[in-house]
Amino acid sequence: MAEIAAVPLRTPAPLPGAWVVPPVLVLGILFFYPLTLIARQALSGGGEALSLDHVVAVVRTNLFQVALWHTIEIALASSAGCLLLGFVIALVVAFVPFPGAREVARFIDTFIALPTFLMALAFTFIYGSAGVVNGALMEAFGYELPPVDFLYSVWGVILAEVTVYTPFVLRPLLAAFSQIEAAQIEVAGSLGARPWRIIREIILPAGLPALLAGGSLCLLLTVNEFGIVLFIGAKGVITLPLLVYDKAIQQGDYTAACVIALINIALSLMLYTLYRNMLARFGGRGAGVV
Amino acid sequence: MLSGTAPSGGAAPPTTALASAAGAGISFDGVTVAYRGAVVLESFSLEVRQGEIMALIGPSGSGKTTALRAVAGFVRPLRGRVRIGGVDCTQLPSYARGIGMVVQNYALFPHMRVARNVAFGLLARKMPRALIEQRVDECLRLVGMADFKQRFPRELSGGQQQRVAIARALAIKPKVLLLDEPLSALDAQIRRSMVEELAALHRSLPDVTVLYVTHDQSEALTLADRIAVMRDGRLVALGASQSLYRHPPNRFTAEFLGRANLLPVRLEPSAAANGHLHVSFAGTSLRVSREGAANGDGSLVCIRPHALHLAEAQSANRLSGTVASVQWQGDHHAITLDCHGVALRMVMKPLRAPPPRGAQLDVAFSPDDATLIAEGGHG
Repeated sequence: MAEIAAVPLRTPAPLPGAWVVPPVLVLGILFFYPLTLIARQALSGGGEALSLDHVVAVVRTNLFQVALWHTIEIALASSAGCLLLGFVIALVVAFVPFPGAREVARFIDTFIALPTFLMALAFTFIYGSAGVVNGALMEAFGYELPPVDFLYSVWGVILAEVTVYTPFVLRPLLAAFSQIEAAQIEVAGSLGARPWRIIREIILPAGLPALLAGGSLCLLLTVNEFGIVLFIGAKGVITLPLLVYDKAIQQGDYTAACVIALINIALSLMLYTLYRNMLARFGGRGAGVV
Repeated sequence: MLSGTAPSGGAAPPTTALASAAGAGISFDGVTVAYRGAVVLESFSLEVRQGEIMALIGPSGSGKTTALRAVAGFVRPLRGRVRIGGVDCTQLPSYARGIGMVVQNYALFPHMRVARNVAFGLLARKMPRALIEQRVDECLRLVGMADFKQRFPRELSGGQQQRVAIARALAIKPKVLLLDEPLSALDAQIRRSMVEELAALHRSLPDVTVLYVTHDQSEALTLADRIAVMRDGRLVALGASQSLYRHPPNRFTAEFLGRANLLPVRLEPSAAANGHLHVSFAGTSLRVSREGAANGDGSLVCIRPHALHLAEAQSANRLSGTVASVQWQGDHHAITLDCHGVALRMVMKPLRAPPPRGAQLDVAFSPDDATLIAEGGHG
């Protein structure tokens, strides 16, 4: 009986998995090593022994708690604002026919490419104490002090972040809305549904995956926002990234800076996990982001 | 019967659509619609009687869907009025018109189960919950989908989705039902059975006025009481389905409503008798029906392929031709004759010994099956 020899289709590579080494090496040098240094500094305070004493000490300070509160408050409010504004703009662009709708969407898209502090700078020119709006109001009504002063408060930061990050909700929403058949909306109307019911029962469910994915991305980005908060310079508004900067650069307290940075990283990772879960739950295509 | 079901208990429904379960006629009065300056429906006038099925048929771009969308309120006419049940609804928003609509791709709401889809219009009208449940059950039973209430649309076949779409449209007891190529997404076999189901459905809902848009002449002929043929945004023919098929008023209608043999003829001056006219084709005198020939000045005679039969010794209205082709198509033979340079198609029951190509064949037709039409074709 003739023997049949099984011939391997491919000869095995001499070093299986060797291709993994270069990216791991780069990641290790550029990311994991500095991260380890930060963690070590946070847990040792520059000494040899590792403990949570420094972490507990920083977490107990009023400044940290205020910064954490502001970070969460601003991130939540900004994300909510982005969701609301993004949804309304996407609705108008996608479903209210007007000339130039596509151009408007593209223009809003360009915001993604701009550095975040630029918006803060623009807001200063417009709403700042010496900005266009205050100047006009003071001249027109004879005010002695600038009447519009929200910019240097939490509201100024939130407004700037909403303006910068709304496209991150708008883009996936427009993609999701483009998947809705016009016939569904027409039939819903013919069945007696008024616009608000159509939005609530047809459009919103179709856009929900995109809203959740866009919203969690906004949350992730706004938690780590630094440029806008720094440029606005709102009185008494300090966030975790700003506190890291303050401790490390201005006060030279590297241990405290590293503790806060670690907590900020943990917060970001939690939000990133939330974002990935949203994508996995609803699918990238459903969310309109892939 | 759905149309006769009275609301049971609860507050009176707020809209007129449910208050009046009876159907209503549709009236187009000189309706003109333009998209970005291009006129797609021009001075369109048509009366659809209460309870009838009117098929709007025509090729792509003929304006039939636009006419239907004008009734639905999805397009606003540039000129003219649209009335439903005698009420001018030209300016009314879609949700206030009391219409049911079924479209080609079903347009079911994908995130809602079947029952919720069917209940959608009733919820929009704020009907009492008990009544909604009862009505959803009725409508799903009517279309044979009662066992699929909890399914999502993606879990249904195309035919099942279309049944749900019909149930959803009927649930609100619409005054008129608008069907926009409702079967064109289905395969041929399901389409045939759905046509029969739609016909049965209308028999059980005789008060509902149906405006049925299609480009499929067989659907129109099977379902419709009357057919309106459209071309280039205009109405070119209107009549009872059978009459329009047998006696098309113009070339376009003759050719659009199935196959037609069109013989160029000359009207003979001899007096007509028994409702017939005398025409001459290639030196042969023929008698044709006067019906459909508006002024008797047509120059084509339309004979449907099935109206031709093999001539017998005593047959009048004979035509002689050479067999150009013979095709067996299962339940019939299709034979094409060359008759003085004109292709003459006929269909016959399957023949045991079909004539060979090149053979001479004499065929005849009844004068009542031949109609004189205008050459121009626009009617």
